[in-house]
Amino acid sequence: MTFPDGTVALEGVSFSVQEREFVTVVGPSGCGKSTLLRIASALERHTTGNCRVERDKIGYVFQDATLLPWRTVRRNVELIAELHGVGSAERTRLAAETIRLVGLTGFEDKYPRQLSGGMKMRASLARSLVMKPRTFLFDEPFGALDEITRERLNDELLRLFQLEGFASLFITHSIPEAVFMSTRVLVMSARPGRIVGDFEVPFPYPRAHDLRYEARFAEICGEVSRTLRGVLA
Amino acid sequence: MTLTAPNAARTQGSVAPAPAGAKPADAPLERAEGRHWSDFAGPAVVFVAFIGLWYLLSMRILPPQKRFLLPTPHRVVNEGLLTWQTGQDRGLFPILRSLWDSIQIAVIGLVITIVIGTALATLMATRRWLERATWPYLVALQSAPILAMTPLIRALIDGVQTQRVLVVVLIAFFPIVNNTLFGLLSVDKSQHELFTLHKVGPFTRLLKLQFPAAMPNIFVGLRISAGLSVIGAVVGDFYFRQGGVVGIGAQIDIYRGRLWGSELIASILLASAFGLVVFILFGVLARLAVGKWHTTTRGQ
Repeated sequence: MTFPDGTVALEGVSFSVQEREFVTVVGPSGCGKSTLLRIASALERHTTGNCRVERDKIGYVFQDATLLPWRTVRRNVELIAELHGVGSAERTRLAAETIRLVGLTGFEDKYPRQLSGGMKMRASLARSLVMKPRTFLFDEPFGALDEITRERLNDELLRLFQLEGFASLFITHSIPEAVFMSTRVLVMSARPGRIVGDFEVPFPYPRAHDLRYEARFAEICGEVSRTLRGVLA
Repeated sequence: MTLTAPNAARTQGSVAPAPAGAKPADAPLERAEGRHWSDFAGPAVVFVAFIGLWYLLSMRILPPQKRFLLPTPHRVVNEGLLTWQTGQDRGLFPILRSLWDSIQIAVIGLVITIVIGTALATLMATRRWLERATWPYLVALQSAPILAMTPLIRALIDGVQTQRVLVVVLIAFFPIVNNTLFGLLSVDKSQHELFTLHKVGPFTRLLKLQFPAAMPNIFVGLRISAGLSVIGAVVGDFYFRQGGVVGIGAQIDIYRGRLWGSELIASILLASAFGLVVFILFGVLARLAVGKWHTTTRGQ
């Protein structure tokens, strides 16, 4: 991937994500992680190579919640169904179901400015979930949240992943988050982004919250971290 | 150095962190309603100071032979506001009659301004070449003196009423276009991308994303343009008039010529009061339309 100004953002990156797979990409800032996601979502065109993504029902969660501030939580969650021409009754049903799924029951009629950061992210998740996407792209969705909220949302996202089985491509800065969530962790080098590490995470789902404090978990985090540091050295 | 914790009422609108407990929810912070005595005291003090200054001007500062120019407040109220009609043109009734005539022109002009202005801004937002082509002329139009255009307007357009409406449109046009365009173009990039991801066409994007996002700006433009439409009507009356009932601008000019200070000042007060009513009206409309989600919209 080369940008018009000549910046080479990605080079020789190759991988695939299947359904029921949760692949996370970690890498230093500016390594092209987001570019990778933007190519996958067709927001950006790749200059060389191939990219095949099932985009019929794509879910995309942005870094910030990007809720429409003039819509209530319910109407925000309905948005994508609305854009796909789903009828009003069906939309209401889907939204109610999804809001329950992300634990926002009781907040349907609140406006985004009345929500905390974590709740905005839940609403954003719900909005992407409403059409039951088979492919889910996450662009550092929990990066702006505090540790406690982030871990709670990690747990809940995994629960949703298990339930729906979508193919997930997740971008993050946080190594524990990457290892906790994923079936596979890819480590990218600084620009131009190349994949320099590929780790299978063997823990079965559902994963308990306390998995984060087990020795084997720490070991994998350590390996990822070493690879990442090797990249920066 | 002292650090003071901001109290809850003043940090409303900010986002509180989610508590670590079982409930993910933090209670949404509600806006503290209710009024404080200082909300009324401020305007009252300024009002008293204003009246005091007025008395001072008309009874002390002006030389005695020129005091007819500025009658005292009680004379203005007695002769201009409390007297219904004496003679052919004195008293409150002729002022109200002229004001009503101007209000109609202002409203017609404002409606036309809103329709054309919003349409133009929408076209400019979707076609950049149109924006580039017309923008300099709109800025120039904003500062063009109407006085210089009056002969041309008179030559091109028949009918005093149409000429007056045109003046309103010319004066009120720019803020609507400017603010609507600004609102339509300043939508968050990731919100646009969200719509791009779902292959939304330009019309739906305009309807469901750009227009709602632009509403606070549109209302700012509306409010400014509404105020300007009143000014436009007064200016239009002044330049374009015919026999019979004339607008308030022309009526003020008549009072000026006859040195009827009380009626002159009463006219100014009533015209200003109408401007204030329009301003408040659009403030209330803005609050009804976007107050629920947009924090900086203020009623008055």
